[in-house]
Amino acid sequence: MNWILLLEQTLNGFQFGILLFLLAAGLTLIFGIMDLINLAHGSLYMMGAYFAATFTSWTDSFLLGALLAVPASMIFGMLVEMIALRTLYTRNHLDQVLATFGLILFFNEFVRLIWGPIGLDIPLPEVLNGSVDLFFGIRYPAFRLVIIAVGILVAFLLYLLVSRTKLGMLIRAGASNRQMVSALGVNINFLYTLVFGLGAALAGLAGLMAGPIMTVEIGMGEGILIITLVVIVIGGVGSIKGAFVAALLVGLIDTVGRSFLPDILGLFFSNDVADTAAPAISSMLIYLLMALILAIRPQGLFPPKGA
Amino acid sequence: MKFRLLGALSLGAMLITQVAVAETVKIGFVTTLTGGAGAIGNDMRDAVELALDHLGRKMGNSDVQMFYEDDTFKPAVGKQKTEKLVKKDKVHFVTGYIWSHVLMASRNSAVGKGPFMITSNAGPGPVAGKLCHEDFFSASWQNDQTTMAMGEVLNQLGIKNLYIMAPNYAAGKGMVAGVTRTFKGNIVGKDMTKFPAQLDFSAELAKIRAAKPDAVFVFYPGKHGMQFFKQYSQAGLKGSIPLYSAFTVDSLSLPRMKDLAEDSLMTMFWAPDLDNAVNKRFVADYRKKTGRYPTFYAAQSYDTIMLINSAVTAVGGDLSNKDGMRDAMRKANFPSVRGAFKYGNNHFPIQNFYLRKAVKDVDGNYTTSIVKTVYTNHQDPYAKDCKMSW
Amino acid sequence: MKGSPRILFIVILMLGLAVVPLLADYFDEPFYTVMFSRMLILSIGAVSLNLILGFGGMVSFGHAVYLGIGSYMVGIGTLHAVEDGIDWMANGFIQIALAIVFSAITGLVIGAISLRTRGVYFIMITLAFSQMLYFVAVGNEKYGGDDGLSLYMRSDFNGLINIANDNSLYYLNFVILLFSLYISHRIINSRFGMMIRGAKSNEQRMRAIGFPVFRYQLVAFVIAGTLCGIAGVLSANQTEFVNPSVMHWTHSGDLIIMTVLGGLGTLFGPVIGAVAFLFLEEFLSEITEYWQLIFGPMLVLVVIFARGGIDGMLVGLDKWWHKLSSHSEKETG
Repeated sequence: MNWILLLEQTLNGFQFGILLFLLAAGLTLIFGIMDLINLAHGSLYMMGAYFAATFTSWTDSFLLGALLAVPASMIFGMLVEMIALRTLYTRNHLDQVLATFGLILFFNEFVRLIWGPIGLDIPLPEVLNGSVDLFFGIRYPAFRLVIIAVGILVAFLLYLLVSRTKLGMLIRAGASNRQMVSALGVNINFLYTLVFGLGAALAGLAGLMAGPIMTVEIGMGEGILIITLVVIVIGGVGSIKGAFVAALLVGLIDTVGRSFLPDILGLFFSNDVADTAAPAISSMLIYLLMALILAIRPQGLFPPKGA
Repeated sequence: MKFRLLGALSLGAMLITQVAVAETVKIGFVTTLTGGAGAIGNDMRDAVELALDHLGRKMGNSDVQMFYEDDTFKPAVGKQKTEKLVKKDKVHFVTGYIWSHVLMASRNSAVGKGPFMITSNAGPGPVAGKLCHEDFFSASWQNDQTTMAMGEVLNQLGIKNLYIMAPNYAAGKGMVAGVTRTFKGNIVGKDMTKFPAQLDFSAELAKIRAAKPDAVFVFYPGKHGMQFFKQYSQAGLKGSIPLYSAFTVDSLSLPRMKDLAEDSLMTMFWAPDLDNAVNKRFVADYRKKTGRYPTFYAAQSYDTIMLINSAVTAVGGDLSNKDGMRDAMRKANFPSVRGAFKYGNNHFPIQNFYLRKAVKDVDGNYTTSIVKTVYTNHQDPYAKDCKMSW
Repeated sequence: MKGSPRILFIVILMLGLAVVPLLADYFDEPFYTVMFSRMLILSIGAVSLNLILGFGGMVSFGHAVYLGIGSYMVGIGTLHAVEDGIDWMANGFIQIALAIVFSAITGLVIGAISLRTRGVYFIMITLAFSQMLYFVAVGNEKYGGDDGLSLYMRSDFNGLINIANDNSLYYLNFVILLFSLYISHRIINSRFGMMIRGAKSNEQRMRAIGFPVFRYQLVAFVIAGTLCGIAGVLSANQTEFVNPSVMHWTHSGDLIIMTVLGGLGTLFGPVIGAVAFLFLEEFLSEITEYWQLIFGPMLVLVVIFARGGIDGMLVGLDKWWHKLSSHSEKETG
């Protein structure tokens, strides 16, 4: 067993998990508070990346581009909520799935119309483009370290926001008992728009951080959206803590599985079979995990109280 | 009913009086025009249009009509589009095809259903071997060939331990098969990644670092190549482990990769600086038209049109004479950007392969240039499985 | 002045579907036979999904899995028949039988686990299972993996019908669509169907009365799966190509859209929906490259305003017609 490799893969899994968490946090809040399945959450991730690419090329600075892209995603999300999604809160899940699926199609074409079909690059500043030496002789890409750091910081801020502020109190109350919050005379429409904007900002942040590693392109949010849905279901819908734990779990399992499965399969099968079957089986692991967890705990790992 | 009859009569009359006006040549071109790989399809389309400009928009006396279709990178969609071209638009030639899996899915809808099918890029083993067909031609190469050449190069460089990475689809498997066929050292690691979904190679790069190979060989066409080179450098591997590639660094990705790919070595059947008159004119006019160097995709698309032109002119525009057109194409008697070449019994080119290097030209633009010839008149290893002979 | 525009519409639609190949041949446009053939096959898929989604209220986000199972029965069968000389594997009847068996087993397993959950968890767990099977297909190199399998030939129906001919295949599809509509009709109006519908509107009550809701829902889930598996056999024969994307989650999503677009919980709704969906896809994409820019918002509007889908609109038309006709009857009377 190569421990350094294992450690490095753990970091990789952690980094992927952090990205998933940023997406899942918003999605699970929207789910928990508004009872809305928003398939178009992946589109918000895509918008964040496109905003960042555009602002970066305007300002010639990734930092400025990123700082502008987050509020832009937030405003964009709030507009989407006010124009299209508000009417869906009272609908059943099926209607929501369909309508937000329609939105995905719309946003994909919208982006194609504005930014063209080819996709964009987000160039990184020189400092972030290399790798740094960590402990035990591990060399790790600098930008991925930034992703991990930003993710942990955001998770901490989110924790403070939810547990220490009045807004957070309403969010917690909303997740466990919606009628109660509106009965208290809180402007529920405004709260919803705000929460949606927050979710959009987090999704946008995830998108702009994924942009330089992957490419910024149409449909980039769809694959990751499904994994994010898996995360929030494993974590328990509405629970930020659950989303955090599940995101890291899924990130680790996916990455570590991808990395070591060929070797493990190689013990039992011929190399050819192991090489070609491993990517497919490792993609399957997270779904297996979800089915297992749901079979044991049908409400996920951390179901919010009162649900 | 009366009108139909009348129409038929007048059509017949027209045919009798105006034999000179030939039927329009209809060419279907299935490629990827949207998404991350859309740039490739647009590059191919530019080359096709340039070829038609060079021909004066006519093949012999016949007008030419192009039908561009977008396969959206999906085999099932490519298949549907091919079916539509054959059954609805009733094209005489169906060509394009970047991706081996799209080509394999589409093949049955075209081959044996009327039109000639000509691949402008993809060259999976089966269509060159067991599934070879008299109506199927390649204007490019067979997948294994280019990486077989790379295997030779690696042997010559004295590489002992090699790490291989490629996407897990038809072409990726062919490319890997090619390099393992000729490479004589050890393959210390191999990763086949999910295509096109996987763009983050962090886990694989960590494995490469741990395996400490003498060299890494990759096949990542399109945007994946760009991402791979970027992440390879971000992981600090560039400079410590040499990286060789096939169909990964091209004129579309080079201007974006810049120094990430400088001095990078690859093998190919063609290069922008290949020294022949046809290629010089093609590269110069293509650069004038688009402002960038042509890719190999563009070169092959240009050749595709020229190959079709050689068939149509050989039969004087009589598109019903399929035997005549086939005989003409078998001669490979057209001005190809790769210079003169011959077709093997399986309708795949027998041609040279070169080692190329990414360099800057005199104006500071990134391009590739030939280092040396690796294979002369190389035939693909599947030709012997093809029962066809002529 | 009696009659119903809705029934007239459905009759015209079905009669129209019955003569598509004849018209296509007459106008020498064989492409349309192929296009409508696809509509018929997806109609069967949507009709089967409607059994659990429309009548049973079970939002399965993995129904395309059965299309995949049926397709792979044909793909694997013809592969072995041609390459290993196992002739019976190319037989269409055997392939359909195998598709039914494997779809039923799959449905039983997925249903038994999924039906313990409710709401969004049910949606997600059916999705998870379909993704797992999708990746099984992706990882199975022997049967083409991600690249898929091109069929050497279409299924052989003992010379009873030769579906190598597009028109024959079309009519086979049509007959099986009629068959699935008949089965659907019988099920919904049986005692069993009443239970399923009852469980949709008030599960607790049904349970309190003493019905084994879980068992009934599971049976419905399995029946829907097997019907869709048969559609898979047809689909592989239609495209002569099988690959994992047929069971991708987006394809399951398409089936849901067709069912909802046509009208949930009505007999002909899914057929109307499948035809409308593919029609829109084909013709909007002819008009503009950006067709999804139109289709996306249209979907949102249908969900928000046209509850009951197209069939719901036809019902509305009926009401208006009856009001009009009773009005005019009064005047003449």
